[in-house]
Formats: sequence, structure tokens, C-alpha cells
Amino acid sequence: MAVDLARALARPIEPVVALVERGRLRAFARAIGDTDPVHSDVEAARAAGHPDVLAPPTFLFSLELETDPPLGWLTDLGVDLRGVLHGEQSFTYHRDVHAGDTIECRRRVSNAYAKSPTRDFLVKHTDFLRGGELVAEAEAVVIVTAP
Amino acid sequence: MSPRVEAGTTLPALALPPVSRTTLALFAGASGDTNPIHVDLDVARSAGLDDVFAHGMLSMAYLGRLLTGWVPGSRLRSWRVRFTAITPVLSSPRCEGVVTAVDDGVATVELSVRLEDGTTTLRGTALVALP
Repeated sequence: MAVDLARALARPIEPVVALVERGRLRAFARAIGDTDPVHSDVEAARAAGHPDVLAPPTFLFSLELETDPPLGWLTDLGVDLRGVLHGEQSFTYHRDVHAGDTIECRRRVSNAYAKSPTRDFLVKHTDFLRGGELVAEAEAVVIVTAP
Repeated sequence: MSPRVEAGTTLPALALPPVSRTTLALFAGASGDTNPIHVDLDVARSAGLDDVFAHGMLSMAYLGRLLTGWVPGSRLRSWRVRFTAITPVLSSPRCEGVVTAVDDGVATVELSVRLEDGTTTLRGTALVALP
């Protein structure tokens, strides 16, 4: 077993509260080569009907990493990050997220199971809330391999 | 977006340039995914790999560009991807999508990312609201 599954399921994960920053969105857009100004320019975003710069679809994942250490929910379980693979990722959107929003990421390990003696699967569910309103959800399936 | 979307409609493909080490460093910083296996050759070698490889979420972000290049991002309802192979540094991902169904104004889009050697690195499905 690469990770203690019972402990992974029982152990609460600290929520992350993060401000969506314009500069961060611009840097993210640049890193992924996205030239759509709705993700980097306030005036373009407003012209498209948004109150501020629009977060790209996968950016929410980055808000969860606004904590130290970013992958602490794994390393706190004793997981060696060199043996971690990202198996699946999903997002469900209820509201747009914009620069200036403060988002609370509430996370939990919703499932944990072994597929072989050296490969464990952890499913992490995240609710993203703005002022208590659910704006999006995400699910990550993480594969932890034993060395 | 073309006026009529139906099963079989293909999204304009998105062909990316080779994923450079600079791109991986910029994405690590901008995304906050600082797992050193994507940027530090010494760490990659200590894990038994020949070289660093791209973040899975970089490829998913490229797929996001495929979708938001087709419809405004606000129309994306939900999506899910499975990472099926790693993306070696310097490989060139190509994102493709095809509509497989339209029900009640919501299009189901099958998504894929492939490398130049034919390896499929991501497969997924998105639900997109049509105007």
C-alpha cells in the first residue's frame, strides 16, 4: 500500500481561501498561451459583459494550491510526490469566477481505494464558494504509486 | 461558432508548439503546481525518469483553450478528462474536439490531446450550453 487509505478518508483537509488576482490570471493566460483578452484585460472583459477579468476554465485548480505547501494534503499523508500521477480531473461550473473574487476551496477525500499492492487511488472533491454560494466543483483522481 | 451545431460538428483544432522547459517553469509559477518533477531534472532523474514532463493540468488548460476558442467560457457547464500518458518535454500536443450529441441545447463534446507520435495523452468529455 502506497498510502494509508483509512487515514486519507478520515483526515480533514484545511480549506483554502484565495483572492483571484488580475496579475495571476494574466500570468496564467501567458503560461498557457491564451491570447483571449477576456482573461487578461479588464476593458476587454467588461466589453464582453464581465465585471472583471474572467478566470479560464482550469484556473480554479490553482486556487487550491494557494497554500503552503501547495500539495500538503498529499505530503501530510506521507506521500512522496515523485510517485504521484494525476489520473482524472473534472470541473462543474455554476457561476463565472472573476478577478477580485475571494473563493473558499472546501476539500475532502471522497474516496480512497487500492488497485494493486503498489497503486492507490485518492479521489479529492472540492467545492468552490464565493460568499457562501457554490460557484464550481472539482474532482481530482490522484494515483499514488509505491516506490 | 458556426450557426448550427450537431453531432459530428468538429471544433477548430488547436495545435500547440513544442512544450519547452520555459513553458513548464512559467506554468509551475502561474498555476502554483510546483511539483519539482516538472521543472527539476535532478528530481526527475531521482524518480528514475530520463527527463522532466509536462503538468497534466497544462494539457487540460490547452483543452480549455480549445473550448473557449469555440464558445465563450461561460457556456462550459462541466467537463472531465482522463490523463492517459505523460507529455514529454519538447513534444507538441494537438487538441481536438467533436460534438457527439446535442440534447436540450447542450452539446456533448468528446475531447482528446495527442502528440505528434500518435500517443493520446488526454481523453475527456465536456458539456457545453448552446446559444
